[in-house]
Amino acid sequence: MSDLLFEIGLEEIPARMIAAAQKELHRRVLELLNRERLVSGATIESRSYSTPRRIAVVFPGVLPKQADTEEQLTGPSWSVAFKNGEPTPAALAFAKKAGVEVSALEKTVTPKGEYVTATVSRSGRAATEVLAEQLPKELAALYWPKNMYWRAGKPERFVRPVKWIVALLDEAVVPVEFAGVRASNLSYGHRILHGAQAVTILKPSEYVSALEAAKVLVDVDARRQRIRKALDAATRSVAGARWREDAALVETVTHLTEWPSVLLGNFEPEYLSLPEEVLVTVMRDHQKYFAVEDASGKLAPHFLAVLNTETDERGIGVIQHGNERVLRARFNDARFFWTVDQKVLLTDRVEMLKSVTFQKDLGSYYDKTQANLRIAEEIAVLAANRGVALDRDALLTATRLAKTDLTTELVKEFTELQGIVGGLYARVQGLGETVAQAIYAQYTPASVEDAIPDIVEGQILGLVDRIQTIAAMFAIGLEPTGSKDPFALRRAANGVVKILAESDLPLTLADMIAMPGKDEARIADRVSAFLRERVEFYLRDVRAFHYDVVKAVIAADHENVRDAVARAEALSAVRGSEDFLAISAAFKRIKNILRQAGEKQGRPGGEGRVDQKLLVDAPEQALYSEAEKLVPAVESLRAERKYQEALEQIATLRPHVDLFFDKVMVMVEDPAVRQNRLTLLAWVLHGFSSIADFSEIVSS
Amino acid sequence: MPLTFQELLFRLQMFWAERGCVLQQPYDVEVGAGTMSPDTFLRVLGPKPIHIAYAQPSRRPADGRYGENPNRLYKHTQFQVILKPPPADIQDLYLESLRAIGIDLREHDIKFEEDNWESPTLGAWGIGWQVMLDGLEITQFTYFQQCGGIDLDPISGEITYGLERIAAFLQDVDSIYDIVWARDPVTGRQITYGEVRLEEELQFSVYNFEAAEIEKLWEHLQMYEAECQALLTSFQDLKKLQQHEKAHERAVHEEHEVERQIKRFPVLGAYDLCLKCSHLFNLLDARGAISVTERVGVIARIRNLAVGVAKAYVAQQEKPPLAVRA
Repeated sequence: MSDLLFEIGLEEIPARMIAAAQKELHRRVLELLNRERLVSGATIESRSYSTPRRIAVVFPGVLPKQADTEEQLTGPSWSVAFKNGEPTPAALAFAKKAGVEVSALEKTVTPKGEYVTATVSRSGRAATEVLAEQLPKELAALYWPKNMYWRAGKPERFVRPVKWIVALLDEAVVPVEFAGVRASNLSYGHRILHGAQAVTILKPSEYVSALEAAKVLVDVDARRQRIRKALDAATRSVAGARWREDAALVETVTHLTEWPSVLLGNFEPEYLSLPEEVLVTVMRDHQKYFAVEDASGKLAPHFLAVLNTETDERGIGVIQHGNERVLRARFNDARFFWTVDQKVLLTDRVEMLKSVTFQKDLGSYYDKTQANLRIAEEIAVLAANRGVALDRDALLTATRLAKTDLTTELVKEFTELQGIVGGLYARVQGLGETVAQAIYAQYTPASVEDAIPDIVEGQILGLVDRIQTIAAMFAIGLEPTGSKDPFALRRAANGVVKILAESDLPLTLADMIAMPGKDEARIADRVSAFLRERVEFYLRDVRAFHYDVVKAVIAADHENVRDAVARAEALSAVRGSEDFLAISAAFKRIKNILRQAGEKQGRPGGEGRVDQKLLVDAPEQALYSEAEKLVPAVESLRAERKYQEALEQIATLRPHVDLFFDKVMVMVEDPAVRQNRLTLLAWVLHGFSSIADFSEIVSS
Repeated sequence: MPLTFQELLFRLQMFWAERGCVLQQPYDVEVGAGTMSPDTFLRVLGPKPIHIAYAQPSRRPADGRYGENPNRLYKHTQFQVILKPPPADIQDLYLESLRAIGIDLREHDIKFEEDNWESPTLGAWGIGWQVMLDGLEITQFTYFQQCGGIDLDPISGEITYGLERIAAFLQDVDSIYDIVWARDPVTGRQITYGEVRLEEELQFSVYNFEAAEIEKLWEHLQMYEAECQALLTSFQDLKKLQQHEKAHERAVHEEHEVERQIKRFPVLGAYDLCLKCSHLFNLLDARGAISVTERVGVIARIRNLAVGVAKAYVAQQEKPPLAVRA
């Protein structure tokens, strides 16, 4: 058994793409080895590695060659193949096809008769041959979010130009060729610390150590650990300080470095007068620096930069000075913008929104603000009528000013701070804490992991802004299709659903759809269907309810999102019980019967009222009287939102349903009895489907 | 002693000249970036290999700050290198060029971070990086994939150095205006960037933001656009004529006449007109004269011209069809 090493060397791969590509290459090579029978059945200790300039996999336990195989091929029937003991053309053709002598053909008796067969043995191919043929195909199939051409004639697309390939089975080079590059046992070390000289990899087991000697840490976990430790160590030089945890940034810098180290830099404390959000955005988003906070959690005048090198004290001094210089210039810009922006108050910026396009057919952000205001006013009334304590004036002020920060220099420079800047400016301009917070949080939740705004006014502003956007875009035919969603309407709708689900607002999706105004009435159905999908997504992917639970709950109602969550929780709790599964199966059966009857009769199968006099058999009478008792009980539990108890009540119907189906024939000759039985079933189905449509539940 | 601004330019020119680049002079029509010079925009089209380098003063009216901001300029200087096709060791060459301007990479932190370049106005895009040196973006490195709406084959490697930034970094000054532009070798007297350019920054900021006459700008834009469009139309007519003759396997005109007309057609003149339009658009933008609804439309109009010129240029470079040549 051999060790396989496969490394592809590239010009710097975008950091965001590396982790997925590393995983995919590992999966592909593993599947290849299995498919080609180059590993024995036992699980094997494989590893995968990456840096910005390479992706690599190591697989121990690779077989030197595929096992030989023997296969029996079946040809024509014996009587066709041999006449009077002489082979016919059919026999000759079969022997030729199977690659054996005619004399080697055998007679095999099968239940269908006697047939000519041939035993064909194939010797397994050498691993190196299979790998040389297959690995390039796996490389070519790797998914990259953005590809490029680089060679004349455009023979291949890849994420970046390929520089080298190492492919080794133990000490032997596997002659892989991809993108004009032939594999060897030569890899490359750190650009600066090791230089252009190749690094010879004698065998796969020495891959990690050989590159470590060339100042490349190929193990991503090790690199991440080194960075975290170095961040800790660098921060310790400041008494009581901590670096601000930022897992996403740790990932990014891990994939930007081959040999990481960390330096602590400083900035003038005077910049701390700028809001933390601005400072952190500059450091994190623009410079990929970690922020440092003091013991009380407040920002300290330091930053941590992750370097892709290691150098002496002199070099560190140079690098630190350079990074500090850049940060100072950026902070200076931010401070300059902040000061300039204060010269025009947010309240005086509303008019300026007329020259900021929202969407070319929908007009400016001024127009959007007016539309938002109309919706906000209506929702404020609705919420107040339903008992929500709400500062109406603050909500309307926040809505009117929500987009004004788009005209500020600070937001033009740091677009990711929109909303936040508006909130900060509202605060310093004395517009009140509620207004400030509502503006500040208008774009949260930005993702499904994000929290919703804390205050009611912020939640409502978030709903208003998103639903207006969705309805307006739908009205001009810009709804998302397939993977195309240029205006991020799905994300907007996810925000609507999440706010409705996780706030205490007594509002439903129907309230939302009713809001945007009469113009959009014609698109209400499409918006409703679109939001319904998002509710489904939320329950399934965010709250992790089982898909059948989600379908069952949504089939009953999707407009009250908070209620749908409660029903899904209750349904998940009872879903495993035997009685409940039986009820679900019975309901599915009822649905089928009604559907088939409907098809046969050309009209719905169970309309009208149950006629008690026509209930002739005992089981149907029992089902009727039991259900009649249960319906009001379930209904009152439902009204109190005691869904689990309601569902447990419904499950008690099981013996009666079972007995009914056991003893009673529905589709009898007598039309009156038949119709009455269908009506009974429809009534049962309808009476118990208001919490969820159980027929959607699957048993396993 | 760190390099002066002009020494920085000398070194880069020398470095790339020694590696086979033709040194071109800055293009003398206003452009927003080195990419817009015909030495990039047109020469990256078609199969003919090129190695070319030049400094390009790049005007972006809206970026002007009246000379008051230490980091922002109306007109900055790009040093542009185009290598078609890109040599396999283009990244190493680039790193060597940094050594040539006095940057000892062992004492610095250098990273290639993903940054793909795109210019909707030019119908051009590429894949590449911003090169970060100690946290400062000093270069945009791009593998051109498309230009003027045309897929490139072979592609070109484009290296764009930001000279002011690099000079400020090398000289460790916080303001661009403090960069030493030149130093008298005899007296040691220094001339700063501010002395050379501050007045220009101030006056052009005033012109771009306050004085430029909006109606005139619109008129100029329309006139340049109309002339460019007319040229492109005549060129298309010539091409149609050529195809027609080829289809009938005979030359209606005197032999080679159509080819001759195609070859001498002023596609380059049309491109200058297109550049004029682009600059006028930028001026109008700086004047705040382009409403939101107009903006997209004007960009599309200029893109149309750029794409038209690129197509004409490629057609002009192509060898004439065989049937007519015979």
